[in-house]
Amino acid sequence: MDFNLTEERTMLRDTLRRFLADKYAHENRRALIAAGEPFDTGIYAGLAELGVLGAMFREDQGGFGGRGFDLMVVFEELGRAGVIEPVLPAVLAGGLIAAIGNGRQRGLADEIIAGTHVAALAQGEAGSRYDLNHVETTAAAEGDAIELNGIKTHVLYGAEAQTLVVSAREAGVAADAAGISLFLVPVNMPGVTVSGHRNMDGIPSATVALDDVRLADTARLGAAGEGLEALEASVARGLTAICAEALGAMEAAKDLTISYLKERKQFGMPIGKFQALQHRMADMLIEVEQARSSVINLAGNLDQPRALRESHASAAKNLIGRAGAQVAEECIQMHGGIGMTDEYALSHFARRLTMIDHLFGDTDYHLERFIALKAG
Amino acid sequence: MDLNYTKEEQAFRTEVRQWLKETLPNELREKVRLGKRLGKADMELWHSLLNARGWLAPNWPRAYGGCEWNAVQRHIFEEEACLAHAPRSLPFGLSMLAPVLLAFGSEGQRQRFLPRILNGQHWWCQGYSEPSAGSDLAAVKTRAVRDGEHYVVNGQKTWTTLGQHANWIFCLVRTDPDAKKQEGISFLLVDLDTPGVTVRPIVLIDGEPEVNEVFFDNVRVPAENLVGEENKGWTYAKYLLTHERTNIAGVGFSTALLTTLKHVAGRVKSGGRPLAENPHFAARMAQAEIDLMAMATTNLRVVSAAAKGQAPGAESSMLKVKGTVIRQELTSLLRRTMGPDALPFQPDFLDGGSNAAALGPDHAAAAAPSYFNMRKLSIFGGSNEVQRTIITKAILGL
Ligand SMILES: Cc1cc2nc3c(=O)[nH]c(=O)nc-3n(C[C@H](O)[C@H](O)[C@H](O)COP(=O)(O)OP(=O)(O)OC[C@H]3O[C@@H](n4cnc5c(N)ncnc54)[C@H](O)[C@@H]3O)c2cc1C
Ligand SMILES: Cc1cc2nc3c(=O)[nH]c(=O)nc-3n(C[C@H](O)[C@H](O)[C@H](O)COP(=O)(O)OP(=O)(O)OC[C@H]3O[C@@H](n4cnc5c(N)ncnc54)[C@H](O)[C@@H]3O)c2cc1C
Repeated sequence: MDFNLTEERTMLRDTLRRFLADKYAHENRRALIAAGEPFDTGIYAGLAELGVLGAMFREDQGGFGGRGFDLMVVFEELGRAGVIEPVLPAVLAGGLIAAIGNGRQRGLADEIIAGTHVAALAQGEAGSRYDLNHVETTAAAEGDAIELNGIKTHVLYGAEAQTLVVSAREAGVAADAAGISLFLVPVNMPGVTVSGHRNMDGIPSATVALDDVRLADTARLGAAGEGLEALEASVARGLTAICAEALGAMEAAKDLTISYLKERKQFGMPIGKFQALQHRMADMLIEVEQARSSVINLAGNLDQPRALRESHASAAKNLIGRAGAQVAEECIQMHGGIGMTDEYALSHFARRLTMIDHLFGDTDYHLERFIALKAG
Repeated sequence: MDLNYTKEEQAFRTEVRQWLKETLPNELREKVRLGKRLGKADMELWHSLLNARGWLAPNWPRAYGGCEWNAVQRHIFEEEACLAHAPRSLPFGLSMLAPVLLAFGSEGQRQRFLPRILNGQHWWCQGYSEPSAGSDLAAVKTRAVRDGEHYVVNGQKTWTTLGQHANWIFCLVRTDPDAKKQEGISFLLVDLDTPGVTVRPIVLIDGEPEVNEVFFDNVRVPAENLVGEENKGWTYAKYLLTHERTNIAGVGFSTALLTTLKHVAGRVKSGGRPLAENPHFAARMAQAEIDLMAMATTNLRVVSAAAKGQAPGAESSMLKVKGTVIRQELTSLLRRTMGPDALPFQPDFLDGGSNAAALGPDHAAAAAPSYFNMRKLSIFGGSNEVQRTIITKAILGL
């Protein structure tokens, strides 16, 4: 065993951390969100240039990484800085295109790696909650075309994407595992209506209505009716990414709190001298280290067979959910009023940590899924 | 002991319920039910409706237009009002300033200020905290210097809830900088329209400018606005805080939250069945309900034990800690119930300014913002850490 990062990953981490420390001031991020801008295209281009997007893909996919630890290293830094630029959709939708796309479709992955194209994953629906297999959107054969109908919800970066990777059902009923296919849908197709909004944590999202969207059957990504397996594998990569991002956000929130406890004086001394707070910081440190280990477990098992990979995915998401809530709530509490203000970075980390629990299954969901995976 | 409500208490409950049914406007009820943000006019309307019925001031003596309700009556009213989705009445004038004026103010101050709290002419806010005086409240620095028939006030208050709507503020000010810090503080009433006062909003984690900074630059305040004696303000301030905490358990709010939670969890589907039927989630809801059932009784035990018109002592710290923890847990559960539908931030819908339908089911839009907002419960009114210290010293003798 070796818990050290490779030289390449250490370099990537260090350059990314410097780039973000230099360019990603909290005030700029706040101003951007307040101005209604979804994200900073200049920063996104900068991230692509640094190789952040390339690190999300394997060499045979046109990148130079693509392993669990590549995702972990990058997303921990993104989380630490509170980055809202669309790297996650590159992992989710871009990853699917690279993994199961045919030669022609994989051309898109090159553009995604270059940062010139955003593809977003459209899998959620009003009735699906966190179940990837709950798909009611239909894909019906119409001659040699396919017609999509349905509404996709919570499509992260949907309004900023040029292409959507849509899950739709070609056979079976709502929760069946079989019968789900994935389709590449350019957003400018007739019948596609994208309504954007912003999430609590500043991340742009969208609802996508698909009304008689006619696609050539070459738009299908992977084999007909067998999309769930690839979707689940891609979501496991997405879970690795957001768990690492949460870890970075926890580290940042913890660091802010440690500094504040040293700086803030009440009753004539730094509040960090009060044991009531010290012990809670100690507990927090323990939980953050546990969170780090659970992300390492997931990242290291990402390319293992499904049962192993998924039980680590659920374990990490459960633990991260618990630790994230503890860190968010405790850091706010130990700051007092200042911790609740929009102006101060902490509340943004707290929002991101909390909302990550609502992405791709929360603490409870993954607890049950873990039980089921271990039993099965 | 008898846990049953008396005939009179039951009749009171029926009367309150009936009145709420007839009087609470639908639009207001819907806003509260969906967790939308209430504007100034909404609050003023609610106060005027209560005042017209004579129910605005549950704790005050009848002589000043109050109800003189006992603990059980107050509990019944609060529970019914919350379950009917009525707004919460504003505590600043009613249950913070008024008890201080009744106990320590002059008769002239009572006659001048109490009726105006009732008729809505005065909207009060609380000027206690300062940037460097939070938990260490006695460290307030805002200076008031006597100059003839006036005090000249300079300094800054912060975290002033709804100060943007208020026209009066009660302040802790330092009148003797040389005395021991608790002994140089006075309790002063300031008209916010006086020249030299600036109010600046602070946006909180839920996107709402709920609190403010209030700056005083050579503000001239008539000396008659001093409450009680100069340099005795700390005694009055602490008296106010115990009153602030009497309703702090928030049993009514939690009861209403639990009802909403059960309703929503019964509808939202997870894995093909209602979330409320998921054993894991059901267990968490039941746990919160069990805690709340006990809290309702703890609250009544503590509040009933206090002498008539008086606030409970250190015991109210127990209510603060456990009551706020329960309420925070319920908002956390409601947020989780919404699943991915808790993600979108929908300020236009929450402000009621837009008729656009909210994304997601009822209660989704407010679920995350109110979870974040309720973090304040364990911070203000004396943080839960401060309450634990009070329990440690005053009850445990450690
Ligand atoms: C099963 C067992 C095995 C043990 N084995 C060994 C052994 O092999 N060798 C050995 O030398 N000792 C051993 N110990 C003794 C152990 O190290 C002591 O019990 C321990 O150091 C606590 O001391 P104490 O019992 O005197 O409790 P105290 O020190 O009196 O503490 C009482 C309580 O006060 C708390 N406390 C004390 N100081 C503080 C503080 N500053 N801040 C906050 N809380 C505080 C403690 O956490 C504890 O809850 C063992 C004890 C147990 C229970
Ligand atoms: C939403 C909101 C509304 C508010 N409304 C008002 C208002 O209308 N009027 C008003 O005057 N004030 C108001 N407040 C202010 C509130 O009373 C203070 O925030 C509170 O007293 C805590 O002070 P602080 O924020 O300065 O935190 P600090 O006192 O700096 O505390 C920071 C942390 O240190 C802990 N701590 C401090 N001292 C100790 C100790 N001795 N032992 C252990 N832990 C300690 C605290 O518990 C907290 O966790 C409001 C606050 C909020 C968040």
